[in-house]
Amino acid sequence: MIQSFDYIELKIPAKAEFLSVIRLTLSGIASRMGFAYDEIEDLKIATSEACTNAIQHAYTNNEHGEVIVGFGLYGNRLEVMVADNGKSFDFLSAKQGIGRYEENDSVEFLREGGLGLYLIESLMDEVRIHNKEGVTVFMIKYLEGERVERDVKTISKPDNS
Amino acid sequence: MNISIETKEKDHLTTVDISGEIDAYTAPKLRESLFHLAEKKESVIIINLSEVTYMDSTGLGVFVGVFKNIRSNNGQLRLLGLSNRLMRLFEITGLSTIMDISSKIEGEAK
Repeated sequence: MIQSFDYIELKIPAKAEFLSVIRLTLSGIASRMGFAYDEIEDLKIATSEACTNAIQHAYTNNEHGEVIVGFGLYGNRLEVMVADNGKSFDFLSAKQGIGRYEENDSVEFLREGGLGLYLIESLMDEVRIHNKEGVTVFMIKYLEGERVERDVKTISKPDNS
Repeated sequence: MNISIETKEKDHLTTVDISGEIDAYTAPKLRESLFHLAEKKESVIIINLSEVTYMDSTGLGVFVGVFKNIRSNNGQLRLLGLSNRLMRLFEITGLSTIMDISSKIEGEAK
Protein backbone atom coordinates (compact mmCIF):
# COMPACT_ATOMS: atom_id res chain seq x y z
CA MET A 1 0.00 0.00 0.00
CA ILE A 2 2.93 2.38 0.57
CA GLN A 3 3.40 4.37 -2.59
CA SER A 4 6.94 5.04 -3.67
CA PHE A 5 8.03 8.65 -3.57
CA ASP A 6 11.10 10.82 -3.81
CA TYR A 7 11.96 12.92 -0.81
CA ILE A 8 13.80 16.24 -0.67
CA GLU A 9 14.53 18.07 2.56
CA LEU A 10 15.74 21.60 3.18
CA LYS A 11 16.94 22.98 6.49
CA ILE A 12 17.22 26.76 6.80
CA PRO A 13 18.07 29.12 9.65
CA ALA A 14 14.85 30.66 11.02
CA LYS A 15 15.46 33.92 9.16
CA ALA A 16 13.12 35.59 6.67
CA GLU A 17 15.94 36.23 4.22
CA PHE A 18 15.91 32.52 3.30
CA LEU A 19 12.22 32.41 2.33
CA SER A 20 13.11 33.15 -1.28
CA VAL A 21 15.52 30.20 -1.26
CA ILE A 22 12.65 27.89 -0.25
CA ARG A 23 10.49 29.31 -3.03
CA LEU A 24 13.24 28.82 -5.62
CA THR A 25 13.73 25.20 -4.59
CA LEU A 26 10.00 24.59 -4.55
CA SER A 27 9.62 26.11 -8.03
CA GLY A 28 12.24 23.74 -9.34
CA ILE A 29 10.62 20.71 -7.76
CA ALA A 30 7.07 21.62 -8.82
CA SER A 31 7.93 22.45 -12.40
CA ARG A 32 9.96 19.24 -12.62
CA MET A 33 6.78 17.38 -11.56
CA GLY A 34 4.71 19.07 -14.25
CA PHE A 35 2.67 21.52 -12.21
CA ALA A 36 1.19 24.43 -14.18
CA TYR A 37 2.33 28.01 -13.65
CA ASP A 38 -0.62 28.99 -11.46
CA GLU A 39 -0.30 25.87 -9.31
CA ILE A 40 3.40 26.57 -8.76
CA GLU A 41 2.56 30.12 -7.68
CA ASP A 42 -0.11 28.75 -5.29
CA LEU A 43 2.44 26.31 -3.85
CA LYS A 44 4.99 29.11 -3.42
CA ILE A 45 2.56 31.25 -1.45
CA ALA A 46 1.26 28.41 0.76
CA THR A 47 4.77 27.14 1.54
CA SER A 48 6.08 30.65 2.19
CA GLU A 49 3.17 31.31 4.55
CA ALA A 50 3.93 28.15 6.53
CA CYS A 51 7.65 28.98 6.65
CA THR A 52 6.96 32.60 7.66
CA ASN A 53 4.89 31.34 10.57
CA ALA A 54 7.58 28.84 11.52
CA ILE A 55 10.23 31.56 11.45
CA GLN A 56 8.12 33.95 13.52
CA HIS A 57 7.36 31.18 15.99
CA ALA A 58 11.02 30.34 16.43
CA TYR A 59 11.73 34.05 16.77
CA THR A 60 9.12 34.73 19.49
CA ASN A 61 10.50 31.78 21.43
CA ASN A 62 13.82 33.58 21.28
CA GLU A 63 15.54 30.64 19.70
CA HIS A 64 18.06 30.74 16.97
CA GLY A 65 16.17 27.91 15.47
CA GLU A 66 16.02 26.16 12.19
CA VAL A 67 13.08 25.43 9.97
CA ILE A 68 12.82 22.19 8.06
CA VAL A 69 10.87 21.87 4.85
CA GLY A 70 10.25 18.37 3.51
CA PHE A 71 8.94 17.70 0.00
CA GLY A 72 7.33 14.33 -0.78
CA LEU A 73 7.18 13.88 -4.56
CA TYR A 74 4.49 11.39 -5.57
CA GLY A 75 3.27 10.53 -9.04
CA ASN A 76 0.04 12.43 -8.61
CA ARG A 77 0.81 14.99 -5.91
CA LEU A 78 3.33 17.05 -4.00
CA GLU A 79 3.28 16.88 -0.21
CA VAL A 80 4.97 19.67 1.71
CA MET A 81 5.77 19.52 5.42
CA VAL A 82 7.11 22.52 7.36
CA ALA A 83 8.39 22.03 10.92
CA ASP A 84 9.66 24.77 13.19
CA ASN A 85 11.45 22.75 15.85
CA GLY A 86 14.51 22.28 13.69
CA LYS A 87 14.56 18.54 14.21
CA SER A 88 14.71 16.23 11.25
CA PHE A 89 11.71 13.99 10.96
CA ASP A 90 10.85 10.72 9.38
CA PHE A 91 8.52 11.96 6.67
CA LEU A 92 6.12 9.00 6.71
CA SER A 93 5.74 8.60 10.47
CA ALA A 94 5.62 12.34 11.10
CA LYS A 95 2.83 12.54 8.56
CA GLN A 96 0.80 9.92 10.41
CA GLY A 97 1.06 11.85 13.66
CA ILE A 98 -0.75 14.82 12.15
CA GLY A 99 -4.51 15.02 12.50
CA ARG A 100 -7.06 17.63 11.63
CA TYR A 101 -6.82 20.67 13.80
CA GLU A 102 -9.79 22.10 15.64
CA GLU A 103 -11.05 25.66 15.39
CA ASN A 104 -10.04 26.35 18.99
CA ASP A 105 -6.66 24.73 18.71
CA SER A 106 -3.79 26.84 19.87
CA VAL A 107 -2.82 27.85 16.38
CA GLU A 108 -3.54 31.45 17.24
CA PHE A 109 -0.14 32.61 16.21
CA LEU A 110 -0.97 31.31 12.75
CA ARG A 111 -4.20 33.26 12.72
CA GLU A 112 -2.91 36.41 14.36
CA GLY A 113 -1.05 37.44 11.21
CA GLY A 114 -4.55 37.18 9.84
CA LEU A 115 -4.49 35.86 6.36
CA GLY A 116 -1.62 33.37 6.30
CA LEU A 117 -3.49 30.26 7.34
CA TYR A 118 -6.51 31.32 5.35
CA LEU A 119 -4.38 31.53 2.21
CA ILE A 120 -2.77 28.14 2.87
CA GLU A 121 -6.21 26.56 3.12
CA SER A 122 -7.45 28.34 0.01
CA LEU A 123 -4.49 27.45 -2.15
CA MET A 124 -3.76 23.84 -1.17
CA ASP A 125 -5.96 20.74 -1.59
CA GLU A 126 -5.38 19.36 1.92
CA VAL A 127 -3.93 20.99 5.04
CA ARG A 128 -3.15 19.50 8.43
CA ILE A 129 -1.50 21.13 11.41
CA HIS A 130 0.23 19.41 14.29
CA ASN A 131 0.96 21.40 17.40
CA LYS A 132 3.13 19.33 19.70
CA GLU A 133 6.86 19.86 20.23
CA GLY A 134 6.72 22.80 17.87
CA VAL A 135 4.37 23.22 15.00
CA THR A 136 4.24 21.16 11.85
CA VAL A 137 2.19 22.18 8.84
CA PHE A 138 1.47 19.43 6.33
CA MET A 139 -0.11 20.19 2.97
CA ILE A 140 -0.90 18.47 -0.29
CA LYS A 141 -1.37 19.74 -3.81
CA TYR A 142 -2.49 17.32 -6.53
CA LEU A 143 -1.34 17.55 -10.10
CA GLU A 144 -4.17 18.84 -12.27
CA GLY A 145 -6.32 16.01 -13.58
CA GLU A 146 -4.68 13.44 -11.31
CA ARG A 147 -7.26 13.77 -8.61
CA VAL A 148 -10.11 13.32 -11.08
CA GLU A 149 -8.44 10.31 -12.70
CA ARG A 150 -8.00 8.69 -9.33
CA ASP A 151 -11.66 9.23 -8.49
CA VAL A 152 -12.73 7.82 -11.83
CA LYS A 153 -10.68 4.68 -11.22
CA THR A 154 -12.29 4.19 -7.83
CA ILE A 155 -15.76 4.71 -9.19
CA SER A 156 -15.26 2.47 -12.23
CA LYS A 157 -13.78 -0.36 -10.15
CA PRO A 158 -16.99 -2.40 -9.79
CA ASP A 159 -17.32 -2.54 -13.59
CA ASN A 160 -13.88 -4.04 -13.98
CA SER A 161 -14.38 -6.79 -11.47
CA MET B 1 15.60 38.73 -5.27
CA ASN B 2 14.98 41.90 -3.34
CA ILE B 3 12.57 44.78 -3.46
CA SER B 4 12.90 48.22 -4.98
CA ILE B 5 10.64 51.11 -4.01
CA GLU B 6 10.63 54.39 -5.95
CA THR B 7 8.61 57.28 -4.62
CA LYS B 8 7.69 60.52 -6.43
CA GLU B 9 5.89 63.24 -4.49
CA LYS B 10 4.09 66.13 -6.16
CA ASP B 11 1.75 68.27 -4.03
CA HIS B 12 -0.84 65.91 -2.58
CA LEU B 13 -0.16 63.16 -5.10
CA THR B 14 2.42 60.50 -4.41
CA THR B 15 3.22 57.76 -6.89
CA VAL B 16 5.12 54.69 -5.77
CA ASP B 17 6.65 52.11 -8.11
CA ILE B 18 7.37 48.79 -6.45
CA SER B 19 9.30 45.99 -8.10
CA GLY B 20 10.53 42.63 -6.86
CA GLU B 21 9.21 40.25 -4.24
CA ILE B 22 7.09 41.15 -1.21
CA ASP B 23 7.49 38.58 1.58
CA ALA B 24 8.30 38.58 5.30
CA TYR B 25 11.88 39.62 4.48
CA THR B 26 11.09 42.62 2.28
CA ALA B 27 7.79 43.69 3.91
CA PRO B 28 9.40 45.70 6.76
CA LYS B 29 11.23 47.88 4.22
CA LEU B 30 7.99 48.40 2.29
CA ARG B 31 6.06 49.18 5.47
CA GLU B 32 8.65 51.76 6.50
CA SER B 33 8.56 53.62 3.20
CA LEU B 34 4.78 53.59 2.84
CA PHE B 35 3.78 54.40 6.42
CA HIS B 36 5.40 57.81 6.59
CA LEU B 37 3.60 58.73 3.33
CA ALA B 38 0.31 57.63 4.87
CA GLU B 39 0.78 60.02 7.78
CA LYS B 40 0.11 63.09 5.62
CA LYS B 41 -3.36 64.62 5.65
CA GLU B 42 -5.56 64.18 2.59
CA SER B 43 -2.86 62.70 0.42
CA VAL B 44 -3.50 60.59 -2.67
CA ILE B 45 -1.16 57.65 -3.01
CA ILE B 46 -1.01 55.63 -6.21
CA ILE B 47 1.04 52.46 -6.05
CA ASN B 48 2.13 50.68 -9.21
CA LEU B 49 2.56 46.96 -8.59
CA SER B 50 3.11 45.84 -12.19
CA GLU B 51 6.72 44.81 -11.50
CA VAL B 52 5.91 42.80 -8.36
CA THR B 53 6.76 39.18 -9.10
CA TYR B 54 5.71 37.65 -5.77
CA MET B 55 3.50 38.63 -2.88
CA ASP B 56 1.88 36.82 0.07
CA SER B 57 -0.08 37.71 3.22
CA THR B 58 2.74 39.81 4.64
CA GLY B 59 2.38 42.13 1.64
CA LEU B 60 -1.39 42.18 2.00
CA GLY B 61 -0.91 43.08 5.67
CA VAL B 62 1.25 46.07 4.75
CA PHE B 63 -1.26 47.39 2.22
CA VAL B 64 -4.19 46.92 4.60
CA GLY B 65 -2.31 48.82 7.32
CA VAL B 66 -1.38 51.65 4.93
CA PHE B 67 -4.95 51.74 3.63
CA LYS B 68 -6.33 52.16 7.15
CA ASN B 69 -3.82 54.94 7.95
CA ILE B 70 -4.53 56.85 4.76
CA ARG B 71 -8.26 56.60 5.27
CA SER B 72 -8.01 57.91 8.82
CA ASN B 73 -6.12 60.91 7.40
CA ASN B 74 -8.85 61.47 4.77
CA GLY B 75 -6.58 60.38 1.95
CA GLN B 76 -6.92 57.91 -0.89
CA LEU B 77 -4.98 54.80 -1.84
CA ARG B 78 -5.05 53.18 -5.27
CA LEU B 79 -3.20 50.04 -6.28
CA LEU B 80 -2.55 49.74 -10.01
CA GLY B 81 -1.00 47.24 -12.42
CA LEU B 82 -1.94 44.11 -10.48
CA SER B 83 -1.06 40.88 -12.26
CA ASN B 84 -3.61 38.05 -12.39
CA ARG B 85 -1.77 36.47 -9.47
CA LEU B 86 -2.02 39.57 -7.31
CA MET B 87 -5.66 40.06 -8.31
CA ARG B 88 -6.34 36.50 -7.18
CA LEU B 89 -4.78 37.21 -3.75
CA PHE B 90 -6.97 40.27 -3.22
CA GLU B 91 -10.04 38.37 -4.42
CA ILE B 92 -9.49 35.25 -2.26
CA THR B 93 -9.09 37.40 0.84
CA GLY B 94 -12.06 39.63 0.05
CA LEU B 95 -9.86 42.74 -0.01
CA SER B 96 -10.78 43.47 -3.63
CA THR B 97 -14.21 44.64 -2.50
CA ILE B 98 -12.77 47.00 0.13
CA MET B 99 -9.71 48.48 -1.56
CA ASP B 100 -9.35 50.39 -4.83
CA ILE B 101 -7.37 48.02 -7.05
CA SER B 102 -6.94 47.65 -10.79
CA SER B 103 -5.00 45.51 -13.24
CA LYS B 104 -4.55 48.56 -15.44
CA ILE B 105 -1.90 51.24 -15.19
CA GLU B 106 -3.17 54.77 -15.66
CA GLY B 107 -1.94 58.32 -15.84
CA GLU B 108 1.66 59.13 -15.09
CA ALA B 109 2.53 55.77 -13.67
CA LYS B 110 4.37 54.07 -16.52
